[in-house]
Amino acid sequence: MTALPPFQTVLDEHSAAVMAILRGAVGRDGADDCFQETFLAALRAYPKLGDASNLRGWLLTIAHRKAIDFHRARGRNPVPVAEVAAEAAEDGLPEPDDGLWAAVGALPPKQRAAVALRYGSDLPHVEIAAALGCSPEAARRSLHEGLKRLRKELA
Amino acid sequence: MTPAIDTTINRFKARAAEEGLLDVAYATADSPFGPLLLARTRRGLVRVGLPNQDADELLVDLAERVSPRVLEAPAELDEVRRELDLYFAGKLDHFDLPLDWRLSGGFRRRVLRAIDRIPYGQTRTYTEMARKAGNERAVRAAGTACGSNPLPLVVPCHRVLRTGGALGGYGGGLPMKEGLLELEGVLDGKSST
Repeated sequence: MTALPPFQTVLDEHSAAVMAILRGAVGRDGADDCFQETFLAALRAYPKLGDASNLRGWLLTIAHRKAIDFHRARGRNPVPVAEVAAEAAEDGLPEPDDGLWAAVGALPPKQRAAVALRYGSDLPHVEIAAALGCSPEAARRSLHEGLKRLRKELA
Repeated sequence: MTPAIDTTINRFKARAAEEGLLDVAYATADSPFGPLLLARTRRGLVRVGLPNQDADELLVDLAERVSPRVLEAPAELDEVRRELDLYFAGKLDHFDLPLDWRLSGGFRRRVLRAIDRIPYGQTRTYTEMARKAGNERAVRAAGTACGSNPLPLVVPCHRVLRTGGALGGYGGGLPMKEGLLELEGVLDGKSST
């Protein structure tokens, strides 16, 4: 068991990744609220977290739940993808093609999150699985389905 | 990090404080001797880190011994910083800050409580502190208590000297101890070690 580091360290090391994923999953407008909900939930639970060996996966799991809550509350409205793309460019990430982002934004939530986590945040399958709260196999499937759909849309 | 995310992080911290989730708030402060680390709980100031101490290690220690809910929140330490600034400017001879003593227990805490009552500009010996803490023969333990003082400067362990006037030790290094005693007008600037 790894001792829990000061929460500030967790924030310093993972806030950018959590924000990037949330922007991908809920768009810029929702990302700010979801970010706060994610870190508040994390801070509440933190002292009782038994194991600090995968803090990133733990945070991404919470972020994913908050993104799902957000979409539920909004009745699964489509994400404002144009703003996602603009924000991503500001952060110095490679500027994505607008058509591609629109297509990613139109994917069902799990597939969209899997694609955003893999290509937006460069996470390996195991961490995507942790973030989505599913098995690595299911994460691979969501990613595969998402990519298949994107290829069809963009062909 | 973009300004946008900083704003979001600050809002998160404000909400954490409102919800009572900020168990340990910390900040750094400038001093004539170098940067200080200041940390407080809801009870009061819990840790002062001196310039020669590793701030990251102190924060890890606080996470283990007090609570892992440790966040940088400078505004929470404004009053502490204000009083320290005045002290270093020679304009404050008594700190009026709530203290959280939880990092010291037993004999050590009694020694530190006794040190806390040494007036500005005066010195005492390790032997006197041991006696005040209830065991005159525990001089060495009194020295250890000084050395492990979690609240240096505010609990003025720099005012404790060896019998005969030698400086003894200091967690922040002897030059700092001398500097503080000069500031308080106890030393004339010449080393007495």
